[in-house]
Amino acid sequence: MKNYIKFLPFLAFGLFACEPEFEEGIEENEIYTAGEADFSNYVSLGNSLTAGYADNALYVEGQENSFPNILSGQFELVGGGEFTQPLMADNLGGLKLNGNQITNNRLVLSSNAGQPVIPPAPLAGDPQTEITNKLSGPFNNMGVPGAKSFHLLAPGYGNAAGLPAQANPYFVRFSSTDNATVLGDALAQNPSFFSLWIGNNDILGYATSGGTGVDQTGNIDPSTYAPNDITDPNVFASVYSQLVSGLTESASGGVVYNIPNITDIPFFTTVPNNALVLDAQTAGNLTGFFQALAGIFTQGLIQQGVPPQQAQAIAGQYAITFNEGPNRFIIDVPVTQTNPLGFRQMQPEELLLLTIDQGALAQGYGSVALSPEVLQVLGLLQQGGSPSPEQAQLVLNAVNGIDDKDALDTSELQNISNARTAYNSTIQGLAEANNLAFVDADGLLQQVSQGISFPGGIVTSDFVSGGGFSLDGVHLTPRGYALVANETLRAINMTYGSDLPEVNIGEYGTVTLSDNVN
Amino acid sequence: MKNFLISGLLLMLASASAYAGGYRVAAQGQRALAMGHAGVGVVNSAETAFFNPSGLVYLEDKFTVSAGITGVFSNVKWQNTSTGQFAETRQDPGTPFYFHAAYKVNEWISLGLSVSTPFGSSVEWERDWPGSHLVNDINLAAIFIQPLASIKLSKHFSIGGGPIFVTGNVNFNRNANRTLTDEQGNRSNITIDDTGVTNTGWSASFMFTPVEELRIGFNYRSEILLNAEGGEATFVDFPNSTLTPQSGTTEFDATLPMPAELTMGFAYEMNEKWLFAFDYQRVFWEVYNSLDIDFANPNVATSINPRNYKNVSSYRFGAQYKATDNLTLRAGYYFDDSPVQEGFFAPETPRNDGNGYTAGLSFQISEKFAVDASFLYLRFKEIDASYDSYTENGQSVPFEGTYKSNAFLPGIGVTYKL
Repeated sequence: MKNYIKFLPFLAFGLFACEPEFEEGIEENEIYTAGEADFSNYVSLGNSLTAGYADNALYVEGQENSFPNILSGQFELVGGGEFTQPLMADNLGGLKLNGNQITNNRLVLSSNAGQPVIPPAPLAGDPQTEITNKLSGPFNNMGVPGAKSFHLLAPGYGNAAGLPAQANPYFVRFSSTDNATVLGDALAQNPSFFSLWIGNNDILGYATSGGTGVDQTGNIDPSTYAPNDITDPNVFASVYSQLVSGLTESASGGVVYNIPNITDIPFFTTVPNNALVLDAQTAGNLTGFFQALAGIFTQGLIQQGVPPQQAQAIAGQYAITFNEGPNRFIIDVPVTQTNPLGFRQMQPEELLLLTIDQGALAQGYGSVALSPEVLQVLGLLQQGGSPSPEQAQLVLNAVNGIDDKDALDTSELQNISNARTAYNSTIQGLAEANNLAFVDADGLLQQVSQGISFPGGIVTSDFVSGGGFSLDGVHLTPRGYALVANETLRAINMTYGSDLPEVNIGEYGTVTLSDNVN
Repeated sequence: MKNFLISGLLLMLASASAYAGGYRVAAQGQRALAMGHAGVGVVNSAETAFFNPSGLVYLEDKFTVSAGITGVFSNVKWQNTSTGQFAETRQDPGTPFYFHAAYKVNEWISLGLSVSTPFGSSVEWERDWPGSHLVNDINLAAIFIQPLASIKLSKHFSIGGGPIFVTGNVNFNRNANRTLTDEQGNRSNITIDDTGVTNTGWSASFMFTPVEELRIGFNYRSEILLNAEGGEATFVDFPNSTLTPQSGTTEFDATLPMPAELTMGFAYEMNEKWLFAFDYQRVFWEVYNSLDIDFANPNVATSINPRNYKNVSSYRFGAQYKATDNLTLRAGYYFDDSPVQEGFFAPETPRNDGNGYTAGLSFQISEKFAVDASFLYLRFKEIDASYDSYTENGQSVPFEGTYKSNAFLPGIGVTYKL
């Protein structure tokens, strides 16, 4: 009998090995399918949005939540391989060049006695990412923050010697050689599948600088472009077509993304152009001021020999009226014959940037600095007196219009829109010509600006609180990147007949809280 | 009572997964376990002290002891086919044990002692798994210590029972919510821990023996509430921000009920070789309505976790065959109704209805000494379930998925008679 007892433990252990099994197990690859695509070696190309940049920096947590990394997690369910990223050294995100910090640490949301502190501030700490410490690749995620379309084809873009003008500190970290191009390093990996989201910075540098750059449409030599310029659409088309033809050579498929409208990005929508909120008395004062100014200017023109009728017509544009409640700000515009004073009230569609000094706005930036001296002149005018030339100049100088760098005016918006429309038609055309999956990122961010609900909340593009955009107002949160990943999965499933599940966006975080700020 | 000498060491041993609905563990006697854990009408060893104390007086021996230990090897798998996520619990065998003794004072009275671990749960998911806002890991253990008396009122009828002293431990960790992290990306999480939580209860039973071959039993064990008061709650990896609770410790109060149970059944000795047993058990799980964790820190809201358990029945069948003078073989089956209702399937006790298949044997090594072995295989059907009572921003955020689990419980014990 003892013989039998001896065997009991073996019997038992044999049974412990019997793990429960699902009828159709995810882990056993019994559910999802890859369709016609081969996800075994996925390589992503792009800019900061591909790299997982957020909160004004690239940092490890952001990279873990980059949309290509989220996608690769789903690709793994249908034979996707390991997805490597050029991870930063820490979660501070600042870059160092030869020991000197050259970019800021990431932004976090600090608090004071249970209230969030706006604007967000950089996380305190000494960042450890030294860009001259070369990482050994290759890396599946080839997203390079700051890259414009033509940079992906530019030799030397990863050469530290070319910093800051010719090279990119992020690509310096992981370029295969000094002369390597982003596309070349991607193709060397023989990608079986790719994603390409490029072109945002070809207009975004211009937009975030308030249109201080040059619209280079018509100039087909990108080597002459400055960072804040708009890329010529023909240059973009030529670059994009080279990128796509290079990538489709080895890949079984890929996905491309169009360029969203800046009006769906909180960087451009958070500070309204009519935030000049006035009580009745101040509105009256301002209206009176501008009437006085128009009067003074009419007199000035007449004195210079301009016929009175014409003088009145020109000066009339400055008799701006203000009402109780919100009013649009005054912005500076180039001095022209028709607008000799070089300012006007903002148009409804014109935008202010997130980076504008909001403290200054409260102090008269964007309207008029009504000093006691100015009010004295206005009083004089009201009593029918005529001001001295010095007093007249005092009134003209009191106008404090918003600088070009803080706003996008109608013509700047038009430049951006023209370029973006051209880029997007190139992207969609090449996607269709090459049977690539196409993600309408423009449409997606438009939806976010309307709000996308999920169990537990709603994602919007409201700055800080909306959950879609990180604290820099331009880049996405992990939750925002998860939305991009889901939109991508839908596009891939549709194009390649694959069956890939979407991720649960409620499990992806938004902005990081920390009072460890400088 | 807080300093129950044995509690510390024994409780470590006792952590076990839940295997009879909720966090009830059915492993209080290898002989009964081998027979589908049916035993309310069975009188064959000191195990009777647990299953029906009134039967002790019918034991023939002056002094008899049964002791044993069971290894609980459980596997729970979860997957969500709408997101492609999957997870499984870590293999961390629990070891419920028992020690039962009976002493025959005279023909009419027997005294006994029963030490057992009928409630416990040990579930450990992978850290930060998709359900980590509900549970990362949990460990419950309770030891029941019960002095007993069994009195024969007539040849046909006996009564028994006694007070129960309980000492328990709880340790429960989960993440603060689905997304909160510190600046390094570490998920903010909370552990509540309390040891040496004590309380008392009682049990009462009778046994009716109309004819020698048939015993009909009835046993009731009272509800016992484990009130963890002033336990330690540890907040870890919270961001340094006045918008969230801070990392550190605070005290907490919580109550975990161990429900009352009523068992009735019979054992029929067909002949010298064969014995059949049947138990019907009703467990009054309704008492487990909500797990509320009240933190001493006024800045931390009370955690309300609806459970909404229902009362359940289980049906247990067992047979015993005396193969030789030295060898007794046993087999059994039980059906276990889960107290968890639809929409309340929390992954800390991932239990749906189960089928238990049991087998075992006793080998009489000497006249006084026998070895008892048992084996339980518990099979749960694949189930699509969700827990709907978790909320964020006032909205229900169901935690959904498919669960599939099983468990193997090999046990070994000894029976000693004087």
